Amino acid sequence: MKVSNIVLAQAAEAAGSINPGLAAIGYGLGAVGPGIGVGLIWAAVINGTARQPEAQGQLQGIAWISFVLVEVLALIGLVVYFIASAA
Amino acid sequence: MGALMLAEGGTFQPPGADSFFLPPIAGGVTKPMVLVVASAIIVGAYFLIATRNLKLVPGKGQFVAEFAYEFSRNKIAREQIGAKDFRPFVPLIFALFTFVLVNNLFGIIPIIQFPTMSKIGFPIALAAVVYVVFHGVGFARHGFLGYFKHIMFPPGVPKPIYLLLAPIEFLQKFVAQPAALAVRVFAAMFAGHLILLVFTLGGEYLLLEASVAFKPISVVAFAFAIALTFVEALIQVLQAYIFALLTANFIGAALAEGH
Repeated sequence: MKVSNIVLAQAAEAAGSINPGLAAIGYGLGAVGPGIGVGLIWAAVINGTARQPEAQGQLQGIAWISFVLVEVLALIGLVVYFIASAA
Repeated sequence: MGALMLAEGGTFQPPGADSFFLPPIAGGVTKPMVLVVASAIIVGAYFLIATRNLKLVPGKGQFVAEFAYEFSRNKIAREQIGAKDFRPFVPLIFALFTFVLVNNLFGIIPIIQFPTMSKIGFPIALAAVVYVVFHGVGFARHGFLGYFKHIMFPPGVPKPIYLLLAPIEFLQKFVAQPAALAVRVFAAMFAGHLILLVFTLGGEYLLLEASVAFKPISVVAFAFAIALTFVEALIQVLQAYIFALLTANFIGAALAEGH
């Protein structure tokens, strides 16, 4: 136990700040939701176009609006990464 | 930028937030400032020149100008605000669309290569303009208390839900949505520029300063930089479209006569 504690302490010293690493993990986790969301949106567009090809234009228009609302969450995650990795 | 300083074969300094603080050109004037002014001049001059001697059968310049105007007038403003009261807002929507578009495209034009919207101040300024417009219009249409009632108490909702809905809707309309409007375009341009920087500077480092075994990998880096430039072009146009679209959406929502 004691030896592993010492090794961990030394590793933590050598690594410097772990904030960038944690921030990167945080961003990665935060990108999961928007990734699924964007996939769902475009899956709906594809399905709707398959059922009714005439609706493609309208569906795409609606898709872009909702896509942007979902994408902003991933983008905010990226900005938070830079904020968190600075400290 | 860090990588340029360590040209003597030091370790690679990945580009970060520091890469966006460009040194002043002359007396406090920095490149993004010059670019913003230049974009306004470009947009104004282009449409002034293109609309001289309007012909019934348009030439190329007039066609592009007409397409941009018709797109922002019909697809963006009229669809979002409604055919009844969209006309006063067409200049704003048109200006926002073209201005953000030109500023975004600066990010991939050679030599310029800096999307001005990646400095948070510029999207904040634009979002402030939008904020004043759509809330001002809402207050003008519904009256002071009527506008708050319009936002926080949409009809057709069971009464107890209003306890939850009203504060959320208030925060949405007055804080979250305008803030997201600014952050959206900022973060997209910031991330895009950073990606291009990583591949370009990484490729340059691999080519010039890495050991001989790594030099061929720089081809991959440069290939990715080229591919991602095309992706970036799509995102830039999209973000300009979305900014104008959401502005029109907010205005339309503020003007809506009940649900």
